[in-house]
Amino acid sequence: MNANIYRHEFRIRLKSVIIWSLALTFLIVFFFSLFPVFADQAALMNEFLARYPQELRAAFGMDNMDLATVLGFYSFVFMFVQLCLAIQASNYGFGLVSIEESELTADFLLSKPVSRRQVMTSKLLAALTSLTLTNLVVWVSSFVAITLFREQREYETGTLLLLLLSIVIFQLFFLSVGLVVSLLVKRVRSVTPYALGLGFGMYVLSAFSGVFGEVALELITPFKHLDAPYIVKHAAYDTPLVLLNAAATLVALAVSYWLYIRRDIPAVS
Amino acid sequence: MLKKIANHIFFKGVSLMSVIEVTNLTKYYGKSRGIVDVSFSEEEGEIFGFIGPNGAGKSTTIRLLLSLIHPTSGSAKVFGKDVVAHGPEIRRDIGYLPSDVFYYEGMKVIDLLKYSASFYDCDCTQRMHELSEIMELEMNRRISDLSYGNKKKVGIVQGLLHSPKLLFLDEPTAGLDPLMQRKFFDLIRAENARGVTVFFSSHILGEVQRLCNRVGIIREGKIVEISDIRTLQQNNYKKVNVTADGLNPATFDLPGVTNLQTENGTLHFFFKGDINAVLQKISAIQVTDVTIEEPTLEEIFMHYYE
Repeated sequence: MNANIYRHEFRIRLKSVIIWSLALTFLIVFFFSLFPVFADQAALMNEFLARYPQELRAAFGMDNMDLATVLGFYSFVFMFVQLCLAIQASNYGFGLVSIEESELTADFLLSKPVSRRQVMTSKLLAALTSLTLTNLVVWVSSFVAITLFREQREYETGTLLLLLLSIVIFQLFFLSVGLVVSLLVKRVRSVTPYALGLGFGMYVLSAFSGVFGEVALELITPFKHLDAPYIVKHAAYDTPLVLLNAAATLVALAVSYWLYIRRDIPAVS
Repeated sequence: MLKKIANHIFFKGVSLMSVIEVTNLTKYYGKSRGIVDVSFSEEEGEIFGFIGPNGAGKSTTIRLLLSLIHPTSGSAKVFGKDVVAHGPEIRRDIGYLPSDVFYYEGMKVIDLLKYSASFYDCDCTQRMHELSEIMELEMNRRISDLSYGNKKKVGIVQGLLHSPKLLFLDEPTAGLDPLMQRKFFDLIRAENARGVTVFFSSHILGEVQRLCNRVGIIREGKIVEISDIRTLQQNNYKKVNVTADGLNPATFDLPGVTNLQTENGTLHFFFKGDINAVLQKISAIQVTDVTIEEPTLEEIFMHYYE
């Protein structure tokens, strides 16, 4: 780990972290401010939802949640938070080392007296710090939103913590998978399409998996590994799936190190 | 005193070692060639010129020595250590100026230089300011606002600020105006006088001749010749053009003359040997114009190709 690289990398992402954090805060607070309305009209709401085809409800993960309870409604909000976090983390993952190459600064950095392993570790830790800051903002705004709008309705703090704790696993998955893909392709020209592709792609897979009830897709997407309605319903993680997720993250990280240490840095032009 | 000097010379003689030692180094990018079976060495304190046309493998060689890329086969040692195994350690004493400079666009020059300096355990602030002053670099501007020539100056300062023992210059003069080029050459000479070894890659023969002790010529990935710059010049052809009325090509049919051609009343030929022989012939006739010039690199390569 090299403190200079860490600091440099952290500074580069600071603006992005602030923007994502603000966006997520607005998303959580405004979305959750609708909760009292939903809760008051629970019977009407559930009747209204029942009119939709079951497949559609499944696609939005609404077949398993009770929008009239604090955590039921929160888990609905949480899925959109997850989508944002997925895109952010993939963005950092894809850009972690590829931006240096596409902006041709890799020559500068790697001709310094640092090993590739140090470069990678410092960059990963810096990205992780940025993601953790966003994570903390999600925690705080979630608690604030729930306290402001729950209107004396009770909820299980433990389950909420379980949900919030899943964020870090979720972020790590997208960070490391983005990273490994960026090292597997020859050259990443622009990070955003890749990040949106991975983030939305996994989300859509999870939606499809809801529609078809297919097991295979659950194995791939973190939106299923850390399915918010499941966690709320069972007040627990789906342990095998979470372990699968963690294993995928670890493999992606190990392969990333292996590839990066052996990588030929493409020359200019 | 005398003993001290003798000691110094003796020990310097003993410590004279190859700073760069390249053995059968080969690099393929997939199927396309980088360099093939390149071997050479550079002694401490030398300025070694590495010349060749674009795409010959000059940058590939430098990038291999910096372990930015990994060899397909063969090996390279810098400071006596293998570049693949000891990269970070070796790079502590290396300064590198790439042919195309790219830096973090959003940063200010001063921040970039400080970032660069932070990788070395030395207080480089003073040297940084000295160099920026010599190169007339404005430190408070943003990298994205700089012209290509100014970015190049940033490159020069960041490559030199930690007082490296070995300098890699990859076509360093492109983008610098003649005045700056001269300052830059003076700077390199001063560094060299301090004992710094310089590896200078270029496709301009003239600047290599001005600066280097020894040159390696690379073409299509292979070393064609390694020689002392003097030997190269002595062996070298001069390109002579003579314009005169009623010129008889037979006048210049001397030993050492090749490629004799007449074109619109002008005689062109290459000459190798004592130039006085040609000058005598020229002074004997009434000429309208005479040029004697260095052959271009391409023409030298043609010579190596024949």
